[in-house]
Amino acid sequence: MTGQTQTAGTVAGAVAPAAEARDISKRYGATVALHSAGITIAPGETHALVGRNGAGKSTLVSILTGLQRPDSGQVRFDGTPAPALADRDAWRQRVACVYQKSTIIPTLTVAENLFLNRQAGRGLIDWRGLRRRAADLLEGYAVAVDPAAPAGSLTVEQRQLVEIARALSFGATFIILDEPTAQLDAAAIERLFGRMRELQAAGVTFLFISHHLQEVYEVCQTVTVLRDARHILTQPVDTLSREALVAAMTGDAGETLAGIDRPAVPESAPVVLDVAGLGLAGFYQDIDLRVRAGELVGLIGSGSSGKVALAETIAGLRRADTGTVSLAGNTPKPGSVPAALAAGLGYLPQDRHREGLVPLLSVAENATLPITDRLGPAGIIAPTRQRAVAQRMIEAYDIKTDGPHQPVNGLSGGNAQKVVLARALANDPKALVMVSPTAGVDVRSKDSLLRAVAEAAAQGTGVLIVSDELDDLRSCDRVLVMFHGRVVREVSRGWADAELVTAVEGVEQP
Amino acid sequence: MTGTQTIAKPPAPTGGRPGLGGRIPLARLRDLALVPAILLLVVVGAIIDPVFLSSANITNVLQQQTELALLVLAEAIILIAGKFDLSLESTIGLAPALALALVIPAASNGLGTELPAGLAIPICLLVGVAIGAFNGLLILRFKLSAFIVTLGMLIVLRGLQIGITGGQNLFDIPPSVLYLGNAVWFGVPASIWISGTLFVVGIAALGFFRHGRAVYAIGGNTDAARAAGIRTDRVVWIILMVGGLLAALAGLLMTGRLGSVAAAQGDGMIFTVFAAAVIGGISLDGGKGTLFGALCGVIVLGLINNILTLAGVSAQWIQAIYGAIILIALILARLTSGKAQD
Repeated sequence: MTGQTQTAGTVAGAVAPAAEARDISKRYGATVALHSAGITIAPGETHALVGRNGAGKSTLVSILTGLQRPDSGQVRFDGTPAPALADRDAWRQRVACVYQKSTIIPTLTVAENLFLNRQAGRGLIDWRGLRRRAADLLEGYAVAVDPAAPAGSLTVEQRQLVEIARALSFGATFIILDEPTAQLDAAAIERLFGRMRELQAAGVTFLFISHHLQEVYEVCQTVTVLRDARHILTQPVDTLSREALVAAMTGDAGETLAGIDRPAVPESAPVVLDVAGLGLAGFYQDIDLRVRAGELVGLIGSGSSGKVALAETIAGLRRADTGTVSLAGNTPKPGSVPAALAAGLGYLPQDRHREGLVPLLSVAENATLPITDRLGPAGIIAPTRQRAVAQRMIEAYDIKTDGPHQPVNGLSGGNAQKVVLARALANDPKALVMVSPTAGVDVRSKDSLLRAVAEAAAQGTGVLIVSDELDDLRSCDRVLVMFHGRVVREVSRGWADAELVTAVEGVEQP
Repeated sequence: MTGTQTIAKPPAPTGGRPGLGGRIPLARLRDLALVPAILLLVVVGAIIDPVFLSSANITNVLQQQTELALLVLAEAIILIAGKFDLSLESTIGLAPALALALVIPAASNGLGTELPAGLAIPICLLVGVAIGAFNGLLILRFKLSAFIVTLGMLIVLRGLQIGITGGQNLFDIPPSVLYLGNAVWFGVPASIWISGTLFVVGIAALGFFRHGRAVYAIGGNTDAARAAGIRTDRVVWIILMVGGLLAALAGLLMTGRLGSVAAAQGDGMIFTVFAAAVIGGISLDGGKGTLFGALCGVIVLGLINNILTLAGVSAQWIQAIYGAIILIALILARLTSGKAQD
């Protein structure tokens, strides 16, 4: 079966699609989430679903998994109409979804999570038998997890594998993975892909949702693009160029993210961030690193490389065992966030939902949190000044919002991240540290985010970007590679992807 | 700092081996954490006053704790499901008071309806169930916060009791109502048998039955529980009704033991109820803890109370000291469990 026969609309002759949604429309109040969109997924393929934030991917997934009823249109599995919405068991035998948000209950054991609500019939639960069944199930899919461990102690990777195993144990052969790679490091992503290929060979069909177009090319055979609630195209991946895919997503011929052209930073520029001999047991050792005013420095490494812990130390969230962090010549009190901020640091935390934003407060309040002292005398926050400042930020960073009054939980991922960035830059920091600034952000927003960062650098801020994403690092003057707690390599602008990735994976150590 | 590799171990990609899981025994240990504390208290009690170990005193301690134990049983189940019920302390007074007011003559502060005395116990239990059902209606249907709803109910129910009884204690209690709190079965007060049995039933239900495990699932992650096909609202509703039922039963036991229904029956108990549950390892965040742990919490508090009395602490001070000891116990429970208490 080649990809050509799998495009949407193929009916006669071919094997019935594993899953099919046709002419789906769905509105939420005034918002059209899907406008007669559809998707056809051939059995045994890995099908990518891409689209910018707000294109309708999540709605389509919730309709395909039976969590939402479409206003019109129909869903079929293996050629037969989907079961009634209330029949959860029937749905689970047909389709399973591994969401970004965990559907694991952290306080229960892995075994119990696997067999939740089917631990036993009416009678007593045989705990030993349950653990044995769980061990068999996990072993069957080569998932090395202790069934007796509390599920809350699993890593993101293990959690996903447990959820996939659980999905398969219901007999579902169609699995939706909603941005499974967003929180994984490169090695774990490779392991996930390997596993997906094995399962695919065993007859499992995947719908794969990702913001990383590279991953789509790596693991998928067919891609469906949604844009503005509509179906744009379904095409075999190998006949679609990267440019054409981005164009389909953005609606015009967008360019892939190249580095932004920036003048070189003169040697005479002052050092704004100076990390000397920094060490934290269990995370990193002997880190020396200097960022000059106007310089963009990247820091890449796998999840276990200690790069995030290093960023958190600079921001004062952790306290190093040895060494010092200096900001623009001052040495703020170690382990104190207010001291680091006062010394001129801007910090963009890794998890914008947890550490970055207060979801119920408005855009204006969130964006001006660190500069409230400038909005009025004696601690008074003048609403008009706050609004004016926020309005300027909204324009400067191209934040798509109803206005400064909108609560940030109503914003899309990319726009929420822009609010965090606007806030980090609000008090004109001398040095800016960003951790995974574009995680979960669509291509367009990524571009405007990175441009805003480059702009800040041009104004004289020294920027340290801690990220796994090569696109984030292309504009950097130099990129440092961390491996097992040490900086093992430094490459300057113009590096090749392969060179950086091999260093990150520690394949060839210097 | 030296060149040796003292660096981060990457987070182990795999959990422990399947099979002889190293963590289940640990979880069980957490369950038994209070047993040494109970033993220690017994030793301390024996040293302070030899009377402590007499079977009369032990029986007395246990019987006094039966009502608290039933409230803690109810609250623990509700807390594990991730909800709250503060109104239990008023249910324990209102349920028997209303039932009695309906059967006793108006001259004894009744309502004058003078229903048959045999209906008193069924009415009392029904009132408990109805209160739980009403709490469930407000929390689940109207999506109100369990905290504020049950706090409101606490005040309303207490007010109802005072309104119905005219603020008087009820003394004219029919023998059927007195029976459960007074009877002695096989040499042990019936109330101890009842509480013990109900705890065993609760431990079995929450530990070994699918519907009991659903309570943990709901408290741990409601969305995940719903996705697994658990009817979360129905389970929570049933739990709230069971909670009301247990509180009403506790009210019956207390009425029988004291021979009257005080206007302030149960007043101020809810702090002790929460303290026993939390000391016993129940998380206020839901999804965590066991009923056995909660039972241990009850016993610890009962022993402390008894020891203070035997030690001759003056009646004026006992409340302050008892409260302070509970706070210290909470701190210890927090320190030994190693995690922030939520």
